[in-house]
Amino acid sequence: MERDTRPAVVVGAGPAGLCAAIELKRAGAPVLLMDENAKPGGQLFKQIHKFFGSQEHRAGVRGIEIGKDLLRESLDLGIDVRLDTEVVGLDPNLKVWAVEGRRRSYTLDASRVILATGATENAVPFPGWTLPGVMTAGCAQTLINVHRVLPGKRILMVGSGNVGVIVAYQLIQAGAEVAAVIEAAPALGGYGVHTAKVRRAGVPMLVRTTIVRAEGNEGVERAVISEVDGKFKPLAGTERTLDVDTICLAVGLTPSIELASLAGCRTFFVPELGGHMPLHDEFMRSSVPAVYVVGDIAGVEEASTAMEEGRLAGIHAAFSMGYLDSGEMERRTADTRRRLRALRQGVFGAKRFTAKERILAEKEKECP
Amino acid sequence: MPMSPDAPDASDRTLKTLGAPSLAELRAAGVVPSREELAAHPCVCVECIEEIPCNPCETSCPQGALTVGQPITNLPVLDRQKCTACGLCIPACPGLAVVIKSLEGDRAKIRFPWEYLPVPAKGDRVEMVDRLGNPVCGGTVVSVINPARNNRTAVVTAEFPAEYVDDVISMRRL
Ligand code: SF4
Ligand code: SF4
Repeated sequence: MERDTRPAVVVGAGPAGLCAAIELKRAGAPVLLMDENAKPGGQLFKQIHKFFGSQEHRAGVRGIEIGKDLLRESLDLGIDVRLDTEVVGLDPNLKVWAVEGRRRSYTLDASRVILATGATENAVPFPGWTLPGVMTAGCAQTLINVHRVLPGKRILMVGSGNVGVIVAYQLIQAGAEVAAVIEAAPALGGYGVHTAKVRRAGVPMLVRTTIVRAEGNEGVERAVISEVDGKFKPLAGTERTLDVDTICLAVGLTPSIELASLAGCRTFFVPELGGHMPLHDEFMRSSVPAVYVVGDIAGVEEASTAMEEGRLAGIHAAFSMGYLDSGEMERRTADTRRRLRALRQGVFGAKRFTAKERILAEKEKECP
Repeated sequence: MPMSPDAPDASDRTLKTLGAPSLAELRAAGVVPSREELAAHPCVCVECIEEIPCNPCETSCPQGALTVGQPITNLPVLDRQKCTACGLCIPACPGLAVVIKSLEGDRAKIRFPWEYLPVPAKGDRVEMVDRLGNPVCGGTVVSVINPARNNRTAVVTAEFPAEYVDDVISMRRL
């Protein structure tokens, strides 16, 4: 098979994109890795906690160290990493339009495009939500772990998924007090071991509770919370006021699918993985066969699954470009798929596994 | 399926409503050592009762006393016969779910993971807390270790009155 010498372009240098680029480069394929940020690593450098998973998923290692290792590996391999480079356009013929440093704009023809664009944090609107001091949990995490700035002294965390409880824990580690973690659902969302470590630090966790409004003059001074009924409607007479100066929202993420839509990738609605997302097959190929989607854009999961998806797509793209034979591709992806399967088990993983199966089935049906 | 006699009823299950497991919930999961066991030898308590994809406790144990196996969402199972109470699994667990407890006469000892500043020092008088973060009793720090292999998770040993051994899980931040 003749080798395609046009580069594979990987958009997004988070865990998924880094792994995709590494696998492509390892196979000898030309690859460009682009990221709009000044530094690669995506969210990994904010993850100061030890990861879950098994040893082969780098469990027990802090996310920040996994990020450093991936970076070192990509530098050792000599991958062309273009930072401060925003991919603003992508057409179905794989013409990539990039803007570098907000000054220089150029286009190039890619042989394959791997979209690892991640996800965007959701917000919930409530009276007072535009006051300074209301921010997403990811924003608070960036402030403390990247910029070393404490966003506030007393914090209310809205949302009890893993993001909410992990960021609550890290805010306490950074020296803040967390006044409460509230959750509208009847059960807390995050792993029990995460909620337990925050709870034993004295943080109340309140289920069936929502934020009603934020109060304050120049910024947040108080949060009014209330219990909710089975339909998430606030119950009259249950309002309480908490003295807080910061309100963090950890209410889920939505896949960032803009470029996939521009490329004409068909999307599918999967609420349990964050909303609309591109369909993909078992090798992470979208409905546009030369465009792959990996990581949170392909359904919001975790860094560990994002890395495996990135590897899967990188290996397959290198194969489809003629840099790996089918036996080698099968061999390399078999390991990756086994590890992915292992990460999608148990009460938390099974839901994601079923959702992923639905995406594959829909892809099969819609664009076999 | 008949309910096992010590299965907690719904009101006793607090992991998903209050954020921390109740004693009843932990007993039903079989992870709370008896007073006799605690008096006989230091007991590892693995308070990890929810299926999550995780197994560093297993890989950290040099004795093969902790088993998760396949799939890695299995709950960890402890073989007390094999455990030497070396404590290596305490900082290895990313969930900070492992502690070691023991009883000596009217005093109890706990070894627990610690990731806050300031790190306590030997001899510090501290307040021991239960799983909900409530202060339970006073305690004294006996030792603090944080070798490089712990990767910045310190392991603190503290002692406190024996009667609180079931409830104590950690200490209040300094
Ligand atoms: S204390 Fe040591 S021997 Fe016992 S389970 Fe933990 S690592 Fe294994
Ligand atoms: S390492 Fe900790 S959280 Fe992970 S399975 Fe073992 S006890 Fe549970």
